[in-house]
Amino acid sequence: MRKIAIYGKGGIGKSTTTQNTVAGLAEMGRNVMVVGCDPKADSTRLLLGGLSQNTVLDTLRSEGEDVELEDIRKGGFGGVVCVESGGPEPGVGCAGRGIITSINMLEQLGAYAESEQLDYVFYDVLGDVVCGGFAMPIREGKAQEIYIVVSGEMMAMYAANNICKGIVKFAESGGVRLGGLICNSRNVDNEADMILHLAERLGTQMIHFVPRDNMVQRAEINRKTVIEYDPKHGQAGEYRKLAKKIEENGMHVIPKPMEIEELETLMIDYGMIAA
Amino acid sequence: MSDYIEGIMDTECEVIDPVEVKEEMIVRYPTKVARKRAKQIVLNRIGEEGEVPPIQANVRTIPGIITQRGCCYAGCKGVVLGPTRDIVNITHGPIGCGFYSWLTRRNQTDADASPDGHNFMPYCFSTDMQEGEIIFGGEKKLKQAIQEAYDIFKPKAIAVFSTCPVGLIGDDVHSTAREMKKKLGINVFGFSCEGYKGVSQSAGHHIANNGIFTHVVGTDDTVGAGEYRMNLLGEYNIGGDAFEIERIFEKCGMTLVSTFSGNSSIDGFANSHTADLNLIMCHRSINYVAEMMEKKFGIPWLKINFIGAEATAKSLRKIAAYYGDQKLMDRVEAVIEEEMLPVKAAQREVRPRTAGKRAMLFVGGSRAHHYQELFSEMGMETVSAGYEFGHRDDYEGRKVLPSIKIDADSRNIEELEIHPDPERYRPRKRPEEIEKLKAAGLGVADYEGMMPEMKEGVMIIDDISQYETDKLIEIYKPDIFCAGIKEKYAVQKHGIPLKQLHSYDYGGPYAGFAGAVNFYKEIDRMVNSKIWGYIRAPWKEHPELSGSYAFES
Repeated sequence: MRKIAIYGKGGIGKSTTTQNTVAGLAEMGRNVMVVGCDPKADSTRLLLGGLSQNTVLDTLRSEGEDVELEDIRKGGFGGVVCVESGGPEPGVGCAGRGIITSINMLEQLGAYAESEQLDYVFYDVLGDVVCGGFAMPIREGKAQEIYIVVSGEMMAMYAANNICKGIVKFAESGGVRLGGLICNSRNVDNEADMILHLAERLGTQMIHFVPRDNMVQRAEINRKTVIEYDPKHGQAGEYRKLAKKIEENGMHVIPKPMEIEELETLMIDYGMIAA
Repeated sequence: MSDYIEGIMDTECEVIDPVEVKEEMIVRYPTKVARKRAKQIVLNRIGEEGEVPPIQANVRTIPGIITQRGCCYAGCKGVVLGPTRDIVNITHGPIGCGFYSWLTRRNQTDADASPDGHNFMPYCFSTDMQEGEIIFGGEKKLKQAIQEAYDIFKPKAIAVFSTCPVGLIGDDVHSTAREMKKKLGINVFGFSCEGYKGVSQSAGHHIANNGIFTHVVGTDDTVGAGEYRMNLLGEYNIGGDAFEIERIFEKCGMTLVSTFSGNSSIDGFANSHTADLNLIMCHRSINYVAEMMEKKFGIPWLKINFIGAEATAKSLRKIAAYYGDQKLMDRVEAVIEEEMLPVKAAQREVRPRTAGKRAMLFVGGSRAHHYQELFSEMGMETVSAGYEFGHRDDYEGRKVLPSIKIDADSRNIEELEIHPDPERYRPRKRPEEIEKLKAAGLGVADYEGMMPEMKEGVMIIDDISQYETDKLIEIYKPDIFCAGIKEKYAVQKHGIPLKQLHSYDYGGPYAGFAGAVNFYKEIDRMVNSKIWGYIRAPWKEHPELSGSYAFES
């Protein structure tokens, strides 16, 4: 079983990319579980065709200790097992602690057991690695492979670099490795080159360049992944390619995060070329 | 007798050179640690003007050093507000914080003193925060707890105390308290006294002072009966101390409006601003309330000390001198004369056994000072002392206040800005009267600190560590060590008795005249019993394991 966590700046398209890629893996016949680690609990919406799931933490709260795996798992597109960690309303409590609790709960309940015959677990993690809770999926070997969703926008690259710092911190103790950057294009000038270069500087690869296409939005409005909504569309092909590349990926590295000055120079250099 | 004691002390001091002792204590520390500790270990010197050397205090404890200190929550809930009988004190947090701060100081209260019979001290109230509250927020459970406490007990007031996780997850205890106050129509107020705040429990005292002053003091203008109406601040009725002090006040014809907070009621706090004088026992934990009451209501304060019979007599005379009333002065003298008879008799009895014995006091923010009086009444000498959480003014006197550097840790604790109350500000003494009292040596609004009253050459150690305690005992071999429960057993393993001055072990009262007699007997028993010295740990003869410190290899 490969355990993969997807990180990236807020709003960059982590959930969309994760679900579309997972749909691709499911089409290939893989058994996949997606664990949404966002208090909004919207990481599995496209696979499930809507937000209709009991989150782990809500279930824990209403049922007490008496929680069954079946209460919190739901089957989605292509047999993908969907779990949402859930969490507090904005502005109260501690969402980070919630993620720790819910992943521990999943382990206790045997969600990762061999009998489940999973090929992949995907953790879709909210935003940046802001505190201990959001680093949970990369601690203690819970996820072994990280993919960072990034675009050519400055703050997205900045966040990617920051996430790499988090990975380095846990690489030794937890054995976590970076599998690559996924460029989710924002149509920024020179974007592919810039991300290729960023990946090289971080000591990793740009595993795939996902072009921007309105089909993604259309599928989302219909609560579906592109692969389910319009399987013949070119964009569906892009996600299949990404799924295949992840399946075949053999490059797992401890990244080398850059100093802020270095990162800014890189962005200026590529911005200048464009101008 | 006193020459005899001096003689003993002089010989001992010749043998032990405190400069070398200090060196010995810090030599094993890493350079930076040694530099910091050197500023907190000071040899007392008294200058011509009574000035003493500066000591570093109220700074962070060095990580890894075993300290005596407690936390901010302990200072706020445990020390200052815990002893009040008719406020339901709810700890908002996991269960341990509430349970382990519940009556551990043996604060007593007279439940029959409130007409409504309210006494919630035998209860421990906590929201028992669980993982669910940490994740989803604990405000709902707090509201339920307040409601439940109200439904069952119908108290006049409910206070909420924040523990560490409350601060981390950002529960707003103040807005919850406001909401419930409006709903229930009783006084509900919260304290942001999360344990991690500040460098010691001292931060919690300040937060407690601010809260009680803001939410309770001055909410009831009823002026009660009685002459010489005073408040007693910083007396926590450990082992029944307050009962003895109250007995003396009554005998002297003085009226106690409120104590903060031994044997206290919220009603007392509410109209404490109608008193004419504030008396401060524990300067460290409560001076903020006295200063704020002076600014807002015009009530002067005096530092007094009812620990020690002589100290009690001196304090009573100070109070009488403040009121300047011959009738009161005469009555005070008569009381002192009568009360001192059994005290002197008790002194005569114990002194042949206690004179010349040596004590060390490392406790509190005022206690290490106060109990020296009792020891000297028994002919005992304090050879070393220090506070757990005192500030420089507690050591060197309030005259150093302007020169105390306010660091970031102190700034983090709110300092309330107080102005005279437009209706209720009434200076009890005119400025020229205050000046006159000061000129007569009364020390209005002043505290001279511990060091000026101690001998030259004694070691003053702030926030003493376990390692330094061991060294000190090894070198000085005192006859008794006074500290708290955390130090007790380690000290006894040295063969030396330890008297707890936070909780009095199982004894008390030790305040006032009757208390002094109790203390003489207790200390006589402790320093003359060889029991701890007879015990030899089995591993000292037959060690199963042996090891050495890294610095020795």
